[in-house]
Amino acid sequence: MEGNLNALTTVFTEFYYWATIPLMFFIHIGFCMYEVGASRRRNHLHTLMKNTMLIPLVTITFFFFGWWLYWAMPNGPFITGGLDTEMAAANTAWSENMGPNTGDRITGVFWAAFLLFSWTAASIVSGSVIERIKSGAFWVLAVVIGSVAWIIDAAWGWHYGGWMVQLLGYHDAYASGVIHAIAGGFALGVLVVLGPRLGKFAKDGTPRSINPHNPWMVCLGLFLIYAGFWGFYVACNVPIIDPGGIGGQITGDTWTATTIYLTPTTLGAITVNFLMSLSGGLLVGFLASKGNPFWTYSGGLAGIITASAGNDLYHPIHAMIIGGIGTYCAYKLHYWVEEKFKIDDAVGAVAVHGYAGFIGLVICGFVLWGHPSSPYEGFAAINPLGQFIGAIIMFFVLGFVPGWIVAKILAAMDLLRIPRRVELLGLDFKSNREEQAAAADVRSTEKAAV
Amino acid sequence: MATTGIESWAVDLKDIGAIYPFQGTEGLFVLAGVILWLGWHLLQMRAENEEYDGIVRQHGDDASVNEALDGD
Repeated sequence: MEGNLNALTTVFTEFYYWATIPLMFFIHIGFCMYEVGASRRRNHLHTLMKNTMLIPLVTITFFFFGWWLYWAMPNGPFITGGLDTEMAAANTAWSENMGPNTGDRITGVFWAAFLLFSWTAASIVSGSVIERIKSGAFWVLAVVIGSVAWIIDAAWGWHYGGWMVQLLGYHDAYASGVIHAIAGGFALGVLVVLGPRLGKFAKDGTPRSINPHNPWMVCLGLFLIYAGFWGFYVACNVPIIDPGGIGGQITGDTWTATTIYLTPTTLGAITVNFLMSLSGGLLVGFLASKGNPFWTYSGGLAGIITASAGNDLYHPIHAMIIGGIGTYCAYKLHYWVEEKFKIDDAVGAVAVHGYAGFIGLVICGFVLWGHPSSPYEGFAAINPLGQFIGAIIMFFVLGFVPGWIVAKILAAMDLLRIPRRVELLGLDFKSNREEQAAAADVRSTEKAAV
Repeated sequence: MATTGIESWAVDLKDIGAIYPFQGTEGLFVLAGVILWLGWHLLQMRAENEEYDGIVRQHGDDASVNEALDGD
């Protein structure tokens, strides 16, 4: 590091990204609480382990090849260029940059921030498939969404040189599409193959409500996801950079915070817009669901997710209204899809993440129409068609299709769904019986000791 | 024409201020927001009253209330 200012900026940036990571841990704790709370008592432990074990699996695979994909694939490849082997080489698992290296203080924390996004993508899918998927199948799917599909979409649409940004003017500052729409689409692809839980639909097709065993735990889990979302938001920004460091069209020497696209924004903007879109979602979620706590909390999440694509630039009132619109649409779509297509999305993840993310991308195209998507010359401006195509790519091409294909392969190998009898008895049946036997044994020993 | 008024980032950041879309319509948007806020209270109160009225209609006599309490 040359010069004290450069050193200060580098260490500040290093600390900034580091601080986002423990915050984002709360997202995962929240997802675990939410899923376990939504499951029935006979499935608790398997539900918890299913979500927990995606952490090591996605982490190591993201280290092995996920991070490389991000740096190798911004051009498609073969859409705006070939594989970016030069940038990718610095981000392989065997690169010197991945270990302790006083010449590179940023790669490690940047990698970890992206990794926590990967966990989130996989965790979104986890909730929708509870109580009937084999854990082994889910963990394969978690690696596919967490270390392959989402990171390819990030290279395409969430990278300062991504081909979608260049050609479509794609703008998705806080990941309406690159995390939420893709994960929702992926979950839907898996659900189509996996099928509903036993008893979810009556013989005439009428859906039944399988209520959370602990609504309070579900809501607290969602509350924790809000808390972790703060880390997610700030991790999407570059905290401080000078125009020379960006190397684009910006002139002068005024330093700024930027989005992942290196377009200027402020931390103040995203803080206010986060809260306003959360509020819009909560208000509409409450009204639409007639005060149902699960959908009210989910509405808050859907509000943030809908506004996220443009929350770097929206006025706070826009963020509030957009958050409300997305929440209303997601809530109505959830029940419509459930009834029409017999999709059992146990926690509403496809709606809250998938539909809200998709809608948020489309709205962003209209509201930010004409705004430059990049500080570099020759990039398309933000526009409705580009955003709509981007939403299709996120939800269907990189979300639904890979989820459906991998689930089909797993189903063909009889690896996807647990046996019917196990589903009736409960995933924790064996361990519950063992615990009961152990407790009875202790009780009889205690009685003998009286 | 960009909704934010920024056509390109070939600018010196010290020369620009607000970068949100539809500048000049803030007052209208705030007015819309206030109307939505007040509308929310009206809708919420109506829904809450309907809910309570429904309960009162269903359990209008003491026997019904006692029966419901026994079920708790």
